[in-house]
Amino acid sequence: MNQELTPEEKEALKHVASKLEFYEEQRRNLIPILQMVQETLAYLPPEAIKLVAEHLAIFECEVYGVATFYNQFRFHPPGKHPIKACLGTACHVRGGDIILENFERKLGIHAGETTPDREFSIEKVACVGCCALAPVAIIDETVHGHMAPSKVEGLLMRIEIEKEMEERAKKKDESGQ
Amino acid sequence: MNPASNEKIDQIFDAIYKEAEKRRNEFREDPGPKIHIGLATCGIASGALETKKAFEEALDEYNIEARIHTVGCLGHCYAEPVVVIDHPDSGFPPIFYHEVNAGKAKMLAKLFLKEGDPRFEHVYGAMEENDLIPSVMEFARFNREKRVVMEKCGHIDPEDIYDYIAQGGYSSLVKTLKLNSDEIIKEVQNSGLRGRGGAGFPTGRKWELAKSAGEQEKIVICNADEGDPGAYMDRTILESNPHQVIEGMAICAYAVGAKKAIIYVRAEYPLAVDIVTKAIRQAIELGLLGKSVLGSSFDLEIDVFRGSGAFVCGEETALIRSIEGYRGMPRHRPPYPVQKGLWNKPTVINNVKTLASVPPILDHGADWYREIGTENTPGTAIFSVVGNVVHAGLVEIPMGVSLRTLIFDICGGIPNNKKFKAVQIGGPSGGCLNEEFLDTPIDFDSLTEAGAMMGSGGMVVMDEDTCMVEVSRYFLDFTQNESCGKCTFCRIGTYHLLKILERLTRGEGEDGDIELLETLSKDIKAGSLCGLGKTAPNPVLTSIKYFRDEYEAHIYEKRCPALMCRPMIAFYFDLDLCARGCDACATCCPVEAVFTTSNRKKGVDQELCVKCGECIVVCPPEYDAVRKVSPPHLVPYIEKPPEKKKED
Repeated sequence: MNQELTPEEKEALKHVASKLEFYEEQRRNLIPILQMVQETLAYLPPEAIKLVAEHLAIFECEVYGVATFYNQFRFHPPGKHPIKACLGTACHVRGGDIILENFERKLGIHAGETTPDREFSIEKVACVGCCALAPVAIIDETVHGHMAPSKVEGLLMRIEIEKEMEERAKKKDESGQ
Repeated sequence: MNPASNEKIDQIFDAIYKEAEKRRNEFREDPGPKIHIGLATCGIASGALETKKAFEEALDEYNIEARIHTVGCLGHCYAEPVVVIDHPDSGFPPIFYHEVNAGKAKMLAKLFLKEGDPRFEHVYGAMEENDLIPSVMEFARFNREKRVVMEKCGHIDPEDIYDYIAQGGYSSLVKTLKLNSDEIIKEVQNSGLRGRGGAGFPTGRKWELAKSAGEQEKIVICNADEGDPGAYMDRTILESNPHQVIEGMAICAYAVGAKKAIIYVRAEYPLAVDIVTKAIRQAIELGLLGKSVLGSSFDLEIDVFRGSGAFVCGEETALIRSIEGYRGMPRHRPPYPVQKGLWNKPTVINNVKTLASVPPILDHGADWYREIGTENTPGTAIFSVVGNVVHAGLVEIPMGVSLRTLIFDICGGIPNNKKFKAVQIGGPSGGCLNEEFLDTPIDFDSLTEAGAMMGSGGMVVMDEDTCMVEVSRYFLDFTQNESCGKCTFCRIGTYHLLKILERLTRGEGEDGDIELLETLSKDIKAGSLCGLGKTAPNPVLTSIKYFRDEYEAHIYEKRCPALMCRPMIAFYFDLDLCARGCDACATCCPVEAVFTTSNRKKGVDQELCVKCGECIVVCPPEYDAVRKVSPPHLVPYIEKPPEKKKED
């Protein structure tokens, strides 16, 4: 499944190309470069992998080999509201998998996927280091501790309501002008 | 080293120390109140940033002159966000407040800072002995600890190098620069310090081996690739006191003759990466790193490398491959990294805790360190005690303390009147120990003997509601995912172990599965190259050894004794206890599996139920009507009334 890059992503890709110039053509720079690409584009699209391979004069498959080995790298664009469900030991003992399942059920996608409207994506993470708050889920950048299945719906609803309110305010602005 | 250059080192450092002292005195002598807020990842996750903002707003609103001092983590995760308020004018000693959310912060600012009332109902304890408020040092959680590595964590601002220097920081480096490298290595050897990464190799010996590699270029690596889910002490140390690690690295580099050092931190720890990077920059600015450190002939450059999240990269040869830009796969040893490491140069790889132990050792001397802990393992151990335990968090204790003391005295035991079942030590590579081992002293050798291992220091306490088969499945799922794939036994063996365990937790176990698990585990241990494969079966082997009856119940009775494996349990409502008309469970059920019976009590539609257990949580305690049973066919049949058709 290959998605077309959005215009913003194409712009960001150009940015990546210009940044690549700062990295010497050395194998040891491969992981730092991939990290930089992901920071700029939020994931590693095939177009970017190609750029990186050309820059370091190695095969694309080599780049994929390294990128797929490490958990940090993503090959799908994340949703606008990324959800990370912690599955560290402490969260697991306190029911982290049930929280993950609830998110999956509510959004109709599996861990590692993005909703078709690109609003939400779910990721499993191994320990975010707030074990005392287990089970933990991170939505956007906010950590939600002591999660419960019934909290899942509320959190998702809050995002929907916020979105609606934003839209309404926008409409109001437009009609006001 | 000649005396002239020693004098120069002293001179340069004195100037830095004077500046640090000046700043500290300025801060101390300020008569206004001081608010210390813990701002490490765990504090931030609990809302410490909002707390800080609330204090700032309240100080503005009530026109209070006070200083906010951001510090690292004290290790008391159960109490986050933690705030210590020092308000000398009120006549009270510095007070430790726990769980200070934004509302509490505003209230404290108004009532305590402005009006002088410390609000006793919210006080956790005083930070020093006094006649008014009991001191926190009276609690076991505080007074049974022995802090060597984490001594300054939570007391200093990690982003201010002067804070560390004013508390005696970098004085060990000054001492080091005036000695020759053999003397340093000897001191570390005499202290008996063993690597805190898990294996426990004597640190001094490692340094000596690296030094004996001769004049060639060498590299020091600080291993902060903490991949064990459930352990976070390395992150906390880097976030709360990065300079102690940097100082340790500098001492190590000086002793072995390296000019280059790398800190390998997980990219999942963005705050730690930021703080360490900033700390290195500050150290360079003051001349504590870089070309000719403190005017001596010693140069040191430290880089930060962000690891991309692979558990196996905690293994030193895999870590090296990863820095070189390849897949992090371990290789055969020998040659050991101290002979042939990164880019084929002799490389010393030490864990964060090991390096952070070095400055206190040189400061107080090897004999002082030897007195802490046990004969074979001097010093302290840091554990992140999590799971079903009251006072979860980071605990630094002398080696040799028993597990019982650690779990029950220091960490407050098991919450909710549950019984202790097992403790899992050392993360996915460690083992599960049962009650019999509670009196085992904690040190490298006795834990290994018991079948667990020190590992990274993750400790998960489990109560009676935890199923050991399910926990083994969880750890295997983790190691199977993280296996790099180099060795067949690790790659395919762990896969089959996992498949068998998954079958067991689904209630599809067969006669002979336990034996199969055991043989396969032994084969994986024998046929794997690195620590990951060699230790991956440990959770399975130890849990079979100490909790065999649970495995048997899963296989022969299709029953999960701890009522945790979801395919093997069912929920129902005890109709004698269920209250008529209470809808708590029905409203919170995420899948609408709860229905109302003909006499207005509740029943569970077993087809719809996902067994999340939310109804147990919300059922009011005066009814306590939700029951779990295993195997699921034991659930009593409750008739579901036909659905009423909606009238339009």
